[in-house]
Amino acid sequence: MNVQQTSTASPAAQTAPTPQQRLTLWYILRRWPILPVLLLGLLVTLGLGADWIAPNDPIDQSLPDRNARPLFQDDSPYLLGGDHVGRDVLSRVIHGARVSLSVMAVALSAGMLIGTGLGLLAGYAGGLVDEVITRIVDIWMGFPFLLLALVAAIIFGASFSTIMVLMILVAWVSFVRNVRADVLVLKESNFVAFAKISGASTTRILARHIFPGTVGTITVIASLSVGNLILYEATLSFLGAGIPSPTPSWGNMVAEGRDYLQTAWWTSVIPGTALFLTVMSLNFFGDWLRDRLDPRLRQLG
Amino acid sequence: MGRLIARRIFLGLIALLGAMLILFALSRAVGDPRYLFIGEDSVGIDPVVWEEWGRKLNLDKPVPIQFALWLGDILTGDFGDSVTLQRPVLQAIREKAPHTIQLGIVAWLLGTAVGVPLGVFSATNRGKLFDYIARSFALLGQSVPIFWIALVLIFTFAVWLHWLPAGTKGEGLAFRNYIMPAVTLAWFPAASYLRITRTSMLEILDSEFVKFARAKGVTLETVRWKHAFRNAIIPPLTLSVFVLFGLLNGTIIIETVFAWPGLGRLAIEALWATDFPLLAGLTIIYGAAFVVMILLLDIVYAILDPRIRYV
Repeated sequence: MNVQQTSTASPAAQTAPTPQQRLTLWYILRRWPILPVLLLGLLVTLGLGADWIAPNDPIDQSLPDRNARPLFQDDSPYLLGGDHVGRDVLSRVIHGARVSLSVMAVALSAGMLIGTGLGLLAGYAGGLVDEVITRIVDIWMGFPFLLLALVAAIIFGASFSTIMVLMILVAWVSFVRNVRADVLVLKESNFVAFAKISGASTTRILARHIFPGTVGTITVIASLSVGNLILYEATLSFLGAGIPSPTPSWGNMVAEGRDYLQTAWWTSVIPGTALFLTVMSLNFFGDWLRDRLDPRLRQLG
Repeated sequence: MGRLIARRIFLGLIALLGAMLILFALSRAVGDPRYLFIGEDSVGIDPVVWEEWGRKLNLDKPVPIQFALWLGDILTGDFGDSVTLQRPVLQAIREKAPHTIQLGIVAWLLGTAVGVPLGVFSATNRGKLFDYIARSFALLGQSVPIFWIALVLIFTFAVWLHWLPAGTKGEGLAFRNYIMPAVTLAWFPAASYLRITRTSMLEILDSEFVKFARAKGVTLETVRWKHAFRNAIIPPLTLSVFVLFGLLNGTIIIETVFAWPGLGRLAIEALWATDFPLLAGLTIIYGAAFVVMILLLDIVYAILDPRIRYV
């Protein structure tokens, strides 16, 4: 949708804090995203070091510990209890972090690369190229993706590579639109005109003069969309079209624990909480970054 | 405006065509497409029947012709037979659709009725306690996976407290059965509405004409609702279509969790039974629904705000 609307910027008229205020914990937590960053750091650590950190094998079944209660009750060796086939919930959650991390890394970087490239191209080339790319993006947004993902799962079978391709297909769109909007403004600026006059090639102008101006936007879009991507992966895994069991992913753990809600709530509630804390940290961090780098993007809501 | 709408319809149809092309390509991507239409027990199948299916799917013709013929079937309303249900796909969809639409409308109304006013109050109470609570509610709604909210609600209100039924639609107009699915579905949209309404209200409240109206002596309430709110309504309105589409996706998850007998559950059952024709039919119907919604939005838009131009 290409909507042009006049809007006024809203200068945040906030009173300056007193030195005492600056020191209170509440003030610091409100101003800097400390908790989210700590949580995300934890996530990265767990994901990368899952093999060393997890106390047990995530797919090792042990029948006596079926649905064992958390905190080592029922004589189980598990801190956060066992699932319906006696696997360690804690170890599975830790290994599940790896799946979420891979989604973040692969889907986001590929989507970012494709989206930014197309955005730069569309914005700078203009004309027919712009028209075609913009239309493709418009059309793309109208696809019933969740259902297409399910169809793909039927055809190719649910697997890690299928889901990665799907995630990339979802990730690139928002980059194109926002980078393009930035380029449209930047290419009219004086420094681009001067670069042209001094004989810089198109590649050089794009790489050295225009691209740096879009980095802020790219960072913000990346941080805002990564939470949604993780939720999307979890949803597909939950529905049975994502990461197949026994590989632990938070989505399929919740799905498996669903049938034992009455007897073993922890098997679904704990991975769900991990998912929720991760996405909330990402959203919180993304909001903070956006307000810092590019308040104009606030309309994305 | 006529030109605008014609253009939208055209783009929508291309989107739909693209989705169908992808579906078709997927159906021809791996192995013999006959396996997708006959089902698991196709190993010991009668060669005569096997050949008959080949003719039915036009496998003897070139691939582009196959696509054209399949497209023709779809356009004339022939979505083929479901593998598991053993009856026409369209018939199954028509039977289940009302349940999904009812749930969707209830959730949509709930989300709008909660999200938009909260957004307005959040903006007018900026920086106060109410604003913080409302924004936390929004952050929560945008971060929690809805299947997980659903499970937590079931655990609390059905398993533990026994207040509400854990699932199914119930007989007739079972109000209680709607509560949990609708609340779960509505939370995310309500959060989005809240955030976007708040931002848009804050921007308008900051503008010159609002200050002028206040300076002129118009009361605070009148300025908020008559001057600001009316101008701030466009972004939430845009959102409402995406919300509806999000709800369509949401129903797939929610109907699975709450055993709601609608299209979403049908889609998941099709997934689990690897019922390609049924799932393909659902995808097309959902795609068509989205095209129609976007079109409606554009019309409402053009009526509401003549300033908006389309590039």
